[in-house]
Amino acid sequence: MAQVNASQPAQHAGTSPGERERSLHMYRQMVMIRQFEEQVNQLYMSARMPGLAHLYSGEEAVAVGVCAALRRDDYITSTHRGHGHCLAKGASVDRMFAELLGKAPGYCRGKGGSMHIADQDTGNLGANAIVGGSAGIATGAAFSSKMRGSDQVAVCFFGDGAMGQGLLYEVMNMASLWKLPVIYVCENNLYNEYTHYSETTAGELAARAKGFGITTAEVDGQDAATVYETAQRLVDAARRGEGPAFLLCNTYRYYGHHVGDIQRGYYRSKEEEEHWKTDRDPIKLLGQRLVAEGVATEAELERIGTEVEAEVEAGVAFALEAEYPDPSEVDQHVYV
Amino acid sequence: MSTSSVAPRAAGAAAGSESGRVITLAQAIREALAEELRRDPRVYIMGEDVAEAGTPFKVLSGLVEEFGPTRIIDSPISEAGITGLGVGAAMTGMRPVVDIMFGDFLTLIMDQLVNQAAKVHYMSGGKLNVPMTVRTTLGATRRSAAQHSQSLHAWVSHVPGLKVVIPSTPYDAKGLLKTAIRDENPVVFFEDKMMYTLKGPVPEEEYTIPFGVADVKRAGTDITLVATSSMVQVALGAADELEKLGISAEVVDPRTLFPLDKQTLIESAKKTSRAIVVDEGYERYGVTAELASIIADGAFYYLDAPVKRMGAMDVPVPFSPVLEDQTVPTVEKVVNLAKTLCGRA
Repeated sequence: MAQVNASQPAQHAGTSPGERERSLHMYRQMVMIRQFEEQVNQLYMSARMPGLAHLYSGEEAVAVGVCAALRRDDYITSTHRGHGHCLAKGASVDRMFAELLGKAPGYCRGKGGSMHIADQDTGNLGANAIVGGSAGIATGAAFSSKMRGSDQVAVCFFGDGAMGQGLLYEVMNMASLWKLPVIYVCENNLYNEYTHYSETTAGELAARAKGFGITTAEVDGQDAATVYETAQRLVDAARRGEGPAFLLCNTYRYYGHHVGDIQRGYYRSKEEEEHWKTDRDPIKLLGQRLVAEGVATEAELERIGTEVEAEVEAGVAFALEAEYPDPSEVDQHVYV
Repeated sequence: MSTSSVAPRAAGAAAGSESGRVITLAQAIREALAEELRRDPRVYIMGEDVAEAGTPFKVLSGLVEEFGPTRIIDSPISEAGITGLGVGAAMTGMRPVVDIMFGDFLTLIMDQLVNQAAKVHYMSGGKLNVPMTVRTTLGATRRSAAQHSQSLHAWVSHVPGLKVVIPSTPYDAKGLLKTAIRDENPVVFFEDKMMYTLKGPVPEEEYTIPFGVADVKRAGTDITLVATSSMVQVALGAADELEKLGISAEVVDPRTLFPLDKQTLIESAKKTSRAIVVDEGYERYGVTAELASIIADGAFYYLDAPVKRMGAMDVPVPFSPVLEDQTVPTVEKVVNLAKTLCGRA
C-alpha cells in the first residue's frame, strides 16, 4: 500500500520550463479561488447574493493540486463546498459568479446555484449538495470510461463528513472489484459541519479504503506540490488500468461551515484558525517555495495577484449586470 | 390471476394476432432487453444475480450467454451503489438498465433516483442528462410478506424529472421497455411479479409504444374502470362479470403514470358518466387519488356519481394468505362497487 510521507518536501518545482509553467499556473489558480471566495463572502455580507455559500478558502491546494494532474476530458464530481473544484477544473469566474447570483449566463442558467455548478465542457459532472451523494456518479463515470474503452479518469472530491455515508463504501467496493479508474479524494478539513471529525469517526479514515484493497495515500493538503505529485502518480496508475485510489488530504477550512457561520467559538478556537492561516496557508507556502527555488520573484507573484484581482472583479461586475433568466424558464429542463 | 390473452388495441398488435405468436410477459421483457442490447452497444444491465441466475424470476435467462458478463453484470448487493453507478454512466455516454429485484428496495436507492437522477438535467440548466432505466417489480399475493410485496410506484411518480411506466400486458411491456431504454430521461419501469407468466400476443416484428398514450383494453358505455398493471386483469375480470349483469364497463389502462394521458381518462369518464380507479399501491395518498382527481376535475359536469378509488389496504402486506388476500382489490370487490355506482346494488 502506497504511503506518502507528508513531511518529505517535493523536489519538483521549477526545474524545467514545463514544470515552471505548471507551478505558476497552480499558484494563479489558488489565488483565483481565494479571491473568488473572498468576493462571494462580500456578496453575501452585502446581501447581493441569494441563499448561502460554503467557502473553500484554506483548502485551495487540494483542488488545484489534484486537477493539475487531470486532463480536460477527465471527470470530477464536487461537493457543497465546490467552487474551488469547479475553478480548478477550468470553469471561468464570470459564469461562476453569474450562477451564484441566479443569473441567466450562469453555468446552469441560474437553476443550480452555489451547490450545483456543473460544466460538461471541463468534465465537471456537478457539485452535489447531498454529502457523499456524488460518489456513485464519479464511480459510474469511471465505469463508463472503462466500458467505452476510453482512458478518462474520474475524481470524486468529498470531505471527512462523507466518510459517514454508506454509498461511498458500496461504490469503493465495486471500484476496487472492477479496477475502475476513479480517485477518491477526501478533504479532511477537520469538521463535519460544526462537529470535529474525531467525534464522528471510528478508526482511521484511510484504513477504510485500504479495507477494500484500494491504493491509499495521505498527504499534507496545504502543500500543493505534494498533492499534485501524489495525485499524478495515482491518476497515471488509474489511467493505465491499475484501478482506483484513495487520497486523503489533511487541510483546513478558514471560514465556517457556510458564510453565515460566524460564531464558531463553540466548536473551534480562534487560536486554531490563526495557526492554520499564519503557518499553514497553502498559497503562502507555495509562494515561498517558488521564490526560494527561483521559479518566480516576489514581484512576479504580486503581478499574478493583481491580474487575478482584475479578472475576479470583472467577473463580479459581469454577474451583477447580467440578466436573470426569463421566468418562463422555470419548467424548462425538467425533461429532455 | 387470469392467464387469458388480452387483445391490445394498438396498431402493432394486429401483426401479433396475424402471426398468432403468444409469449409471456417475462419473455416480452427479455426480448425487449435483448433487442436493445443488440441495437445499441451503450446498453448494459447491472443488478443482483442478473447474469447466470437470470434473476430469481428468470426474466433475464439467456442474456449473459449472448451478451457476456461485461454487459450483463452481476453486482454486489448494493442497490444504492449500482443505481449511483448507473447515474454516472448515463451522464457519460452509457444506457444503463439497473435491475432492482423487488420494488420494496426502491427505498434503498431513493437518494440516487430522486436527488441525483431526477435532478441532474434541471440543476445543470439542461446540459447533462441521465438516460437510465430502472426495472423493478410490484404486486402482492405472492406470500412474500411486508418487505417483498409493496407497490411503490406512487413514490417515484411524485418526483419531477422521473418517468414512470407500469405495463399490464406482454405487448405493452415489450414496446414500452424499448421506449424506456431509448428515452433520454431516467425511467422507472414496474413489472408485476405475478404477471410474469401472463401470456399475450406479441408480434415478431419490431415495434415501440410511445409514453403518455393510454390504452382502452375493453370498450364499454356504463362505467369506466381505470386500472394499472396487475389491476388491469382484475378490471377485465370485473367487466366480464358486470356484462352478465347488463352493465357495460370500459377498461382504461394509462400504461405510463408520467407522462400521463389525462385526456383518454377524462373522455372515457365523460362517455360513461361513472369511474372507479383501481391500483395496487396503498390507497392513502396514492395513484388512485391522483387519477380520480384528474377525472373528477375534467369530467365533472358529465358525472352521475363520485369518482371512486380502490387501492391496496393501508396496512403493511401480511404473510398469511387469509390476511394478505384481503389487502388487494379483487374482481368481486370491483364488481360490487361498480354495481353500487350504477344503482344496481
